[in-house]
Amino acid sequence: MKHSANSRRFFIKTSALAGVGLVIGLPKLQGEALKSITKNLPPEFINLEINPFIIIRTDGSITLINPRPDMGQGSMQAAPSLLAEELEVSLEKVTIIQSDGQSKYGSQQSGGSSTVRGLWYPLRKAGAAAKEMLIQVAASRWATSTDLCFAKDATIYLKDSDKSFSYGELAEDAAKLPVPKNPKLKNPADFTLLGKYNKRLDIPSKVTGKAVFGIDIEVPGMVYACIQHSPTIHASIISVDDTQTLLVKDVQKVIRCKRTMPHRQSDAVAVVASTWWAAQKGRSLLNVKWDEGQLALTQTTDAYFQKAYEAAKKEGVRHEEKGDFLAKFNSASAKLEAVYETPFLAHAPIEPECAVVHYKEDGTAEIWAHVQGPDGGLADAARFLGIDQDKIKFHVPLLGGSFGRKAYHDYLSEACFLAKELKKPVKVLWTREDDITQGPYRPGMLSRVQGMVSNGKLTGFHHHAIGESIVGQVFNGLKPDEADPWLSGELSTENNQYQFPVSKVSWTHVKTDIPIVWWRSVYASNFGWGQECFIDELAHLAGKDPLEARLAILKDERFRKVLETLAEKANWKEKLPAGKGKGLAIFASFGSISACCITVSTSGKGIIIEKAVSVIDCGHYVNPDNVVAQTQGNIVMGISAAIKDGITFSNGKCDQTNYHEYQVLRMNETPEMEVHIIQSGAEPGGVGEPGLPPVAPALGNAIFAATGIRLRKLPIDISSIS
Amino acid sequence: MAAYQLQINGKKINAEAASDMPLLWVIRDIVGLKGTKYGCGIAQCGACTIHIDGSPVRSCQIPISTLSKKAKITTIEGIGETELHAIQEAWIEEQVPQCGYCQSGQIMSAVALLKDNPQPTDEEIIASMNGNLCRCGTYSRIHQGIKKAAIALKEGASSSSNDK
Repeated sequence: MKHSANSRRFFIKTSALAGVGLVIGLPKLQGEALKSITKNLPPEFINLEINPFIIIRTDGSITLINPRPDMGQGSMQAAPSLLAEELEVSLEKVTIIQSDGQSKYGSQQSGGSSTVRGLWYPLRKAGAAAKEMLIQVAASRWATSTDLCFAKDATIYLKDSDKSFSYGELAEDAAKLPVPKNPKLKNPADFTLLGKYNKRLDIPSKVTGKAVFGIDIEVPGMVYACIQHSPTIHASIISVDDTQTLLVKDVQKVIRCKRTMPHRQSDAVAVVASTWWAAQKGRSLLNVKWDEGQLALTQTTDAYFQKAYEAAKKEGVRHEEKGDFLAKFNSASAKLEAVYETPFLAHAPIEPECAVVHYKEDGTAEIWAHVQGPDGGLADAARFLGIDQDKIKFHVPLLGGSFGRKAYHDYLSEACFLAKELKKPVKVLWTREDDITQGPYRPGMLSRVQGMVSNGKLTGFHHHAIGESIVGQVFNGLKPDEADPWLSGELSTENNQYQFPVSKVSWTHVKTDIPIVWWRSVYASNFGWGQECFIDELAHLAGKDPLEARLAILKDERFRKVLETLAEKANWKEKLPAGKGKGLAIFASFGSISACCITVSTSGKGIIIEKAVSVIDCGHYVNPDNVVAQTQGNIVMGISAAIKDGITFSNGKCDQTNYHEYQVLRMNETPEMEVHIIQSGAEPGGVGEPGLPPVAPALGNAIFAATGIRLRKLPIDISSIS
Repeated sequence: MAAYQLQINGKKINAEAASDMPLLWVIRDIVGLKGTKYGCGIAQCGACTIHIDGSPVRSCQIPISTLSKKAKITTIEGIGETELHAIQEAWIEEQVPQCGYCQSGQIMSAVALLKDNPQPTDEEIIASMNGNLCRCGTYSRIHQGIKKAAIALKEGASSSSNDK
């Protein structure tokens, strides 16, 4: 998901709640709006909500709210750590809960690797402001200066004395104070939590089976739905024969319903039963006649790529340009042009799409849905149900993986549709086949790349991105002849620090009706492949080592440090025997710089991926072990995207149906991995995605180094190369 | 619909279910033990791994009517009920889970592996764990966790024999 790294930052004092409460971090709210915030809270919470993210009870117990759902990226630790560091409380001693979509929490979207970089200041300020208020009350009770008081472990102490107050004893009076507008933040050198290794507190529940994921929600009176989706893209229903379905024991109802995607609706048929097994068995016995229409004839991935390759023969729409690239390219004597291809991919989180919606007779609703953004989920649910957001109580359980998928709320739309029909709680659960065949997918893209070299140096680079636009399809927001604005995030000079005398980024929009969406690292996952393999091609054309060629055109110190560290850690200069090779790549995305070096060897049975070393500069971070874990995950997912199945469509229908046809990386294919973090102390960058884009090109470059074979199309069947 | 008496995690449990309902859905939706997960329904991902008489099986592939009456079922809820299993301890030590969704199945496979083969080689670990997918990519930590747990179990066994 694309999001600005800057989250909302409002620190406006509002009037006291019920005379004694105080809310920091809220826009100005008064009267009814203020009551609406507090009305759903148990009475003991009301007086003591120090701000939306921190709740202190009179008994001293503390609740911190995590505004970004956890899909495995570690936000359940990261976000509360930002609060706890400044508030001086221990995470072990607080309760952490997930936000529920209400606007007082600001943006709640886990996406764009934005949790830590977006909340780094807002949540630290929220923690620091609360701490200053608690100190003020303590100082006033002791009739002393605030300078003589300090906070530690949820207690305010008076220096050089045995006097102290717990936060619980101070909270009520603290809530009456004005909120400091610019609370003093800790110097990073004084951090006790941020940047330190700490075990994640959500892990024990994930090793005992007690963690509650979206699929685990069960509410009284709930029925299950399994949904027959359109077998081809956006087919419409001619007729439904549910005779056999209704004979299945426990099947209650068959309902024609709609799958609402952001850009259009699709027909579907829901089988409702008292068990999900019965619902899916009933679904298998449906006899639905579909009108597949034109899309079944025209929508194939082959046809899409054919159009894209045609487009690669022409110039696209200019996105940005330095110098006159084409003139220089035409007159250059040493130059190259190539086209790189990346396939459509499914996210395929192991937990499929699921939502529980209860639409009640009184026009209110309660929802449990594993969305990436509670605020976006709540807003969409209100639209799907046709009721106001304040009529909905929204819960976000854990996400069993997502990688972008669960920020697309089609499955929630179906549950809302059915809930309104049924007026009882209904759980929609997709099958794996639904997940793989229905999309939305990462778009397959082409990178047409051109470049030239002179005197052993890379002197020009043009990246022409070709394919479907997420902005265009999902948000219907791309004008004809407009370059996709998201290229700014993926290919801009900010992310690509190579200093070419002339360079250009351009775009050609090739439309498809195959549903697409963001996938881990979005277009960076596509364009890293074309950029970094082609830089290698140019390096070889220039007669230079791929590392040296890159360093020769990189001025930015952080980029250089990442590459130099990678070269050292991966032993880049080591002499390798014939049949072995190393490849490297560097790509910046989501505010961080990441590079990867992969070592491969050839064997009689194809390529073996022996080792992957990654280096990441993500600036300040919360937990180094989580940075390592996310980067390891990105190596695995990046290799999976490079060598395992892509998604293909024939006659408007997805050719893959389940993990046997859409294979993802397994343990035996996972190489030895090493991850190194650069301690740059820079502003926080993303962690969940930036490790992925350099992986595939590092592999492609390694295969070239080992075999002399330059591969330009993903996925690679490594078993066929020797 | 038929009534079945199951032995799950040492308890006798009565369940009414359609005869073709896979054990996975009986365990999750009839018995109400949600730790066992659905991932694919075709024995490709391993998220639904449980033990029957100590051996790991994919519960999505076992219609309840085919289950032997004497079958002893163990789910993730039956592992480390009183004290965490060495595998679970190692999973915490190595900080294995990310989203955590596949980990019940991973742990069930790993516990069964160490029961049969307390000191597995790297190749044996891979062979036993290769049927369990993890889309977050925690494989290297799973591998490391199993090795740690194997060492812990060995040391635990030798220290308890020393006690005697």
